[in-house]
Formats: sequence, C-alpha cells, structure tokens
Amino acid sequence: MTDTLLDAPAGPGRPEWEPARDAMPADLDGPMLLVGTRKGAWMLAADTARASWAIAGPMFLGHVVQHLVRDPRDGRTLLMATKTGHLGPTVFRSTDDGRTWSEASKPPAFRAGDTFGRAVRTVFWLAPGHPDEPGAWYAGASPQGLFRTTDAGDTWEPVDGWNDHPRWGDWAEWPDVEGTPDGSMLHSVMVDPRDPSHLYIGLSGGGVFESLDRGNDWHPMNAGCAADFFPEPVEFGHDPHCVRMHPLRPDRLYQQNHCGIYRIDRPSTTWERIGDNMPRDVGDIGFPVELHPRDPDTAWVFPMDGTDVWPRTSPDGRPAVFVTHDAGSTWTRQSTGLPPRGWFTVKRQAMTVDRDDPVGVYFGTTSGELWGSRDEGATWTLIAAHLPEIYSVEVA
Amino acid sequence: MKVRIPTPLRSYTRNEANVHADGATVADILADLDRQFPGIAFRIVDEQSRLRQHMVVWLDGERCRDLSAPVEGLDEVVIMQALSGG
Repeated sequence: MTDTLLDAPAGPGRPEWEPARDAMPADLDGPMLLVGTRKGAWMLAADTARASWAIAGPMFLGHVVQHLVRDPRDGRTLLMATKTGHLGPTVFRSTDDGRTWSEASKPPAFRAGDTFGRAVRTVFWLAPGHPDEPGAWYAGASPQGLFRTTDAGDTWEPVDGWNDHPRWGDWAEWPDVEGTPDGSMLHSVMVDPRDPSHLYIGLSGGGVFESLDRGNDWHPMNAGCAADFFPEPVEFGHDPHCVRMHPLRPDRLYQQNHCGIYRIDRPSTTWERIGDNMPRDVGDIGFPVELHPRDPDTAWVFPMDGTDVWPRTSPDGRPAVFVTHDAGSTWTRQSTGLPPRGWFTVKRQAMTVDRDDPVGVYFGTTSGELWGSRDEGATWTLIAAHLPEIYSVEVA
Repeated sequence: MKVRIPTPLRSYTRNEANVHADGATVADILADLDRQFPGIAFRIVDEQSRLRQHMVVWLDGERCRDLSAPVEGLDEVVIMQALSGG
C-alpha cells in the first residue's frame, strides 16, 4: 500500500489550498519576511525604508510550520514544511505569494521497507539547491534524513548516500530521536555555490558532515569542536545548532554549536572556537548564527543561557544580539531597543538578514515577537507581537 | 462503504465529513481514499505503512490500529485523530 500512497498522482485532483489571509499592500517594495510558527505562517512586507511593515496571515492556522522559504533563483516559488499535531509531515508550495498552495504529490519520506523502519516525523529544514540547478532543493528531517527534489518541491526522493550510509546508525541520533529537545534533526543543508557536488549538513545531535560527491558519501567534520556532553573527545556526535556558509567566500563557515561559536576556513579541517572571545558573563551558547551577505568577517549570534539546567533564555534575562566584524576576534553587544529583561529563546531558524545596505537583521522569539534592525543591529524595533511561538524567519 | 473523515483531513475531501470508499481491509480503504483524494493517506499512515501515532480507526465502534484488519460486512469506518498537541 505504501507505494500506492507515495505514488499518488500529481497536479489535477489534488485539492488547492486557499488559506485565509489578508491582502499584502501592493505598494510595499522593501524586504519581505516569511515567518513559520508553531501554529501557522505569516508574511510581512516593508516599505523601502523598512520603517513600516504590513502583516498578512495566518496561513495554515493551527499547522506546525517549521520552515517557509522562497526560492532565490526564481524569486517566486515558496516552499513550506509543515505538519499538524495529528497528521503526518508534508510540504506545500505556492507560486503566488501564498495566496494559493498545493501539496507536494510525493512529500519527503524514507523508502518503504527501510532497514531502520524510519518514517519522517518532521520536515525540519528546506534549502534551495545550487544556482545552476533550478528546481533542486534539499530537505532535512527528523529522524535525521536528507531528501532532494528536482521539480521545485513537488516530488521528493531520499538521498540514499546519506540515509543509507553504512555509518548512519553511528552518526545519527537513532533510535534515540528524542535525545535533543524537540527531537533530533538534520539541518543547515549547504551547497557550495562553486560546485553542486560539494555539500555540508548539520546534525543536532551528530555533528557537521561533508560530501564531495553530491551526497553519495560523507565524512564527519568536527575537529576542534567541543562536545562537553561526552567524557572523551569524539569524531562525531557533536551538536551544531546552526551552520552557515558565506555566499561570497564559500570556504568560510560559521557554526553556533551547543558548546560554543566556531569558524572554519577551508581547506582547514579544524574549527576555531571564536566564541572564546565573547564576554565571559555571556558565554557563547546559542541557536542561530547569521552572516552579513557582503562581508565574510561579519556575523551575528543571539546568546542564550547554557548554564545550570540550560534555561536557553538570554543570559541573566537580558536579551542581546552580539556581532563580530572581524571574523570572531571581537564581539559587540547590540541591545538598544530590546527589552531590558525578557525570557525567551531564539531558535536556530528564527534569525535572518536581508540584502539591503545597511543590512537588516531580524529575529523571532519563542514568545511570538518579531524584532528587526535596519542598521545592522545597532538599534532594534518590535515589528510584530502576539504571534505563536516562532520557529523560523526568512527573508523572501 | 461509508467513511467518516475528521476535520483535520477535510481539506482533502472538499470539506465532506462522510465519503465512500471500497476495499477488503483498512489498508484498502485508505488506498481508495487516496485515489479519490490524493495525499490524504500519507497524512494518516507513514511510509512504513504504520498508522501515525495520533490517528486511530474505528470499525463499527471497535478501535483498530491494524491496517490489515478486514472491513467487509461493516457499516462504517471512522477515521479520527487522537488527542494531542496544545
């Protein structure tokens, strides 16, 4: 029966989803934000000054929207990774700014008869593929599977080189998929813009892995990273929370890890702990890391309290972004405009940047607030409040 | 056979609460539903042909999680979501 289910016909016959939403004002031509939450999705658009924002939504009210991403290659296709409390995970697609949606005719799924008996519980991460491969996307899941589409998200296939790698059972959190809060997941899927065969992924937990052959074979790449939750140093099993490759210098990656902030400049295979340069009373634990689109030396993080029982709120309840302009040698606190006290978390997909000059930086909180800065973090403004717990924020 | 559809799945059935499907087993019924309403079965059953954790099927008032259970002679198959979330 499984084959029948997964081979259901595409296109005609599938219901067209038309979630209720507000109309986005047509005269706004600034950045657009795509916000995925625990209970639906919202879109926000700004004027060119990024001084005023219009909000549209909810879309898919009540659905768990893990990630909502626009294809930077066609500037049009939106993919949404979603599920509900009851129903299985799937992917929806829109090509009209979210006015109408259609479901993937073959959502990400492990192969029937899978050796481990794995079934996708959550489609966690969506990543557009190489610029020269329009329609190609990757999806990371929980359990920690990797999936690929070549038709802009309509049909997905397992990346067997990863999912069936002989070491997968060692590298991945399996069968203890609940080991990480909210479950284990595969995230931070990155494609080298110079070579579509060169891939990186992050496993939380499990570590960073690299492939040089389009995902057929993989090796761990965690040297230099701490894994304080193991009694001895390990080759894999680390917990990268978020990994970013700089688009203009793809040999440079930044990593916000469970145990610190790191940078690597390939061909080096050893990460450098640049979080050691953070203020000691703040530390270098957090979920997201975001990069300046034009300056490979500039990155933003949102530190959280990793002491004691790991509250994962801002250290001492004083929310702040920290920025480096020298690749991690020094860090500067950026909290002007943020509340003096706040007790929320910013998840790994809930921070992003736009491409304007100066760059806009945005983050969403577990308490449903969306904050933005149009001066590269110097000052912050509340863009939206009273949303559900925010899982992801992306610039469209 | 009459099949009752819970509210989370009615986006697939064009908001119909009651539909018809044919088959000898629960799996057959779900496969027939998927032919009529593409995509609905994968929201109920995972890729290893297991009923998803928070879904349940009732056969003439009897709770069932066995997709091979026969349904011939029954009056009604009820698909429901179990309590979950918050």
